[in-house]
Amino acid sequence: MRRISGRMFNKLGIQFLDFASMLGRVTQLIVQTSQWIARGAVDTRTTVQQMIEIGINSSPVIGLSSLFTGMVLALQTGASSRNIFNEPIYIGTVVGFSLVKELGPVLTAVVMAGRVGASIAAEIGTMKVTEQVDALYTLGTNPVRYLAVPRFIACGVMVPVLTIMANIVGIMGGLIVTMYRWDVPSSVYWEDILNFMMISDFMHGLIKSIFFGIIIVTTAVYQGFQCEGGAEGVGKSTTSAVMISMMLILISDYFLTALLVALRIG
Amino acid sequence: MIQVSGVAKSFRSNDVLRGVDLEVRDGETLTVIGGSGTGKSVLLKNMLGLLKPDRGEIRIDGTEITALDETELLHVQQKFGYLFQGAALFDSLTVEENVGFGLHNLTDFDAAKISARVRECLAMVGLKGIQNLKPAELSGGMKKRVGLARAIACQPQYIMYDEPTTGLDPIMADVINELILSLQKQLCVTSIVVTHDMKSAYKISNRIAMLYEGKIIFVGTPDQVRNTTNPVVHQFVEGLSHGPITVDIEKSFNFEDQS
Repeated sequence: MRRISGRMFNKLGIQFLDFASMLGRVTQLIVQTSQWIARGAVDTRTTVQQMIEIGINSSPVIGLSSLFTGMVLALQTGASSRNIFNEPIYIGTVVGFSLVKELGPVLTAVVMAGRVGASIAAEIGTMKVTEQVDALYTLGTNPVRYLAVPRFIACGVMVPVLTIMANIVGIMGGLIVTMYRWDVPSSVYWEDILNFMMISDFMHGLIKSIFFGIIIVTTAVYQGFQCEGGAEGVGKSTTSAVMISMMLILISDYFLTALLVALRIG
Repeated sequence: MIQVSGVAKSFRSNDVLRGVDLEVRDGETLTVIGGSGTGKSVLLKNMLGLLKPDRGEIRIDGTEITALDETELLHVQQKFGYLFQGAALFDSLTVEENVGFGLHNLTDFDAAKISARVRECLAMVGLKGIQNLKPAELSGGMKKRVGLARAIACQPQYIMYDEPTTGLDPIMADVINELILSLQKQLCVTSIVVTHDMKSAYKISNRIAMLYEGKIIFVGTPDQVRNTTNPVVHQFVEGLSHGPITVDIEKSFNFEDQS
């Protein structure tokens, strides 16, 4: 019994040390990346390439998912309010608030974690296991500067931009259903949104999306740099990058919301 | 000159290097031989500062590199060219961009000068007209040669070759050996080669060092290696299935079974 509990403590201790060391490495990655950005050591060409890859190439999938999210929100809200109040009311308010404060940032971040997080982790992971990351050092290039900095900037900028796009497309989706399914005039839909929504509500979602972007890129780049063990290792790193970012997005969403509400932002 | 003293390196509970002492003299080609997984590549990466030893000192031209910060280390690393085992060419870049990568970062050459130097280096390794190809379009031997062109592009003082002939057919392996010898003559660099290909080791080396159980157990000229009475070195260079190396491997397997 004593031996079993000893082993258990030993295992817990190792896991705690691994966790602490992981936190240290993640912090180091963020600090190093920030330092390179602060020094202005940014490769413009690679950063623009990453912005296109992360932002523009992700826009169709984000647009489509947010369009249908807005449409289904309008459908559900209209149906529920008709059941309760005998007419579909406040559809614009519900669709607008849900998208701008919650669904827009979270949905965009989750889709981006799957699409971009996986791609970044796989690309850097493959470079790590094929010694391309070591090769960068031998050619006078810091891998954090060359690989992490452009992806951090691209994600930090493009995730909020895509979130704004998702909000707009989602609201337009809601408008289509409100007008053609519930026969509510578009002016009423817009009034429902604009009468209640403030700039701080918009900022609430935007601030969250910036954090989500940083979570996605930090997790993916870290998993890529930590990748070991050939093709199997790349697969594991990619899966971990997606799963960890999704979990962190959903968990941090609650705490960020609590913080922003406490600060009266939205 | 590179001086390695008492270098030890472990990965979790696996003690790969257990106190390596080695000296690489200026202008020579030193080959480190040893079985797979004995830590030859780990030794190279420690010498270059890609890995940090747990113990010991590594001096490059008198500068102790294990305590250097990243910027100082980058300065020392610029003295080295490195041919990686799998060439480690950047997949997303063309051959020209790969070979010119270091020149772009480490020199103030303009695009035309970089392009001319890239062509010159590719010609030195016997390649022409492949500047616009991507690494995926190259054969194994071509990849190694492009990797070699990239390693010499910045005119390094030292060139490290990690298993330069592994995975190549015997003819291509000999082509690479000839290339190493001709580059040695043309550039007068100091070379450190890691291999378990004895044919290659005999052909290109001034001295050969054997790494075994985390330590350098033998250093000598190719002739001294051929005629050695050291049973471990003899078994390895002759490729014998019976001998002290096999006994040690069997012992370690038995030990693992019992534990």
